Amino acid sequence: MFMKKSLSEEDIEHIAWLARIELFEKEKQVFTQQFNTIIDYFRAIDGVNTNGVEPTFHVLNLSNVYREDIVEDSMSVKKALINATRKERGYFKASKIV
Amino acid sequence: MTELFSLSAREVSDKIKCSEISAEEYVTSVFLKIKEVEDSLNAFVTLTESSALKKAREVDKKLRNGEDVGRLAGVTLAIKDNICTEGVRTTCASKMLESFIPPYNATVVERLLKEDAIILGKTNMDEFAMGSSSENSYFGPTRNPFDLSRVAGGSSGGSAAALAANESALALGSDTGGSVRCPASFCSVVGLKPTYGLVSRYGLIAYANSLEQIGPFAKDVYDCALLLSVIAGHDVKDGTSANVRKEDYTKDLTDDIRGMKIGAPREFFGKGVEEDVVKSVWKGIYSLEDLGASYEEFSLPSMKHALATYYLIAMSEASSNLARYDGVRYGYSEKIDAKDWNKMFSSNRRIGFGPEVRRRIILGTYALSAGYYDKYYLKALQVRTLIKEEFEKAFKKYHVIIGPTMPILPFKIGEKIDNPLSLYMCDALTVPANLVGCPAISIPCGVIHNLPVGMQVIAPFFGESCLFRIGYAFEGVVKK
Repeated sequence: MFMKKSLSEEDIEHIAWLARIELFEKEKQVFTQQFNTIIDYFRAIDGVNTNGVEPTFHVLNLSNVYREDIVEDSMSVKKALINATRKERGYFKASKIV
Repeated sequence: MTELFSLSAREVSDKIKCSEISAEEYVTSVFLKIKEVEDSLNAFVTLTESSALKKAREVDKKLRNGEDVGRLAGVTLAIKDNICTEGVRTTCASKMLESFIPPYNATVVERLLKEDAIILGKTNMDEFAMGSSSENSYFGPTRNPFDLSRVAGGSSGGSAAALAANESALALGSDTGGSVRCPASFCSVVGLKPTYGLVSRYGLIAYANSLEQIGPFAKDVYDCALLLSVIAGHDVKDGTSANVRKEDYTKDLTDDIRGMKIGAPREFFGKGVEEDVVKSVWKGIYSLEDLGASYEEFSLPSMKHALATYYLIAMSEASSNLARYDGVRYGYSEKIDAKDWNKMFSSNRRIGFGPEVRRRIILGTYALSAGYYDKYYLKALQVRTLIKEEFEKAFKKYHVIIGPTMPILPFKIGEKIDNPLSLYMCDALTVPANLVGCPAISIPCGVIHNLPVGMQVIAPFFGESCLFRIGYAFEGVVKK
């Protein structure tokens, strides 16, 4: 796959959109420059030989951490809503999706 | 009134338990100190004076009634502002969570309260723990008590500065790539990153969940061991919590290090590390040799990729962990009713997050995006395995690995903030322990031009006792 040598402002805007973060107009140029400098530095790991090396997602050998299926108290609706910007009838209120 | 605020946690606990001083007079003394220095340091985001005094009076009442009190009865604690405290705002030093009030306590906070600790307030930090200087805070930078024109380190700068200035006896921070050890080094206090999984992350607002741990700060090694003993141990609420029983690290704390083998990696003393720092830490290693330990230089070639590996993983995890901040259930939200869900999120996040946070989320999104996932994220995880294997091999030969905590002395506020990569480079010596998951401590190791140097000691998994032993022994030398 062809990897672009350096990213343009439009590329950065697109990635920012994927992350659902708008960028301020005045910072797009600086961000793009910084982005490219940092990615250049990261590219150093390209040269490491990792043939047959398993990735380490987590350092402890834990898997399937379960608890017994016993019903416990959960957080009250009132508590869960205390930081909501908009709420109505015990629900979080958000923008229309459809 | 004597200088009660300068007492160590052990001294406070002993004096309060034998009624030499009352918890209330001690806490009052600490708040007087805070009033004296806090304006110039900016170590705290939120202070909880009335509840702290209330708790102190409760401790005094329990003692008068002959009731049992906890291990930390009356001892003051400052808590990094990314650790949830029920009913007390927890901001992560971000506009995004400026008014966030957690509806629950982090497990570590529950454990502290159970031992009758007195929580003074929430400390300043780099926003969402992303930084090495505590300059990336929505509430302004924290200043170094040794030199107010310089940084306190980060991201747990507030906690370290508060301790160094006697604004608290103990503090908690979090360490994802060095965020406890760096400020510990810069502020000349003891700071530990525990083995991954030793301390519960339940209630720690996540930045990079496979790398971070809550860690104790203290004025000396004994106190650090005491605090770790209280907060460590398995927690059912944290699915990544290690299945280990609670241990009392103060119980067999000794300064006998005869026969301990120290490995000193060349890469920790090489290019990019200031000469004065190198000399200081080597002086420290020679002192340990005088106490009966032995040392050997060796090589960790994978170190040259550790920083890139760390940042790729951390930023990728951050992009996922911070996706929750949309302004709906909590967090900053613009007061207008946006017609478009996506536009609303993007706008809230643009305003709520500072530039460094946005930079890391976007970089992480890139590293995980289609076509780049294998090249960046997965590749970094593979290099992580190689680094882990090198450390495992080293620990077959050495009990501990020692080097400087930070490659440089505390720098001036504003010096590096416009060059993100130069700030990232400061983490070169601390990130390996996070990638591997092993414990590491920073111990004060001298002062150069009135600026502190820290010595970093790294041990194998669950080797915290070893770290405390070396630290305790070294402290004895420094005191003499």
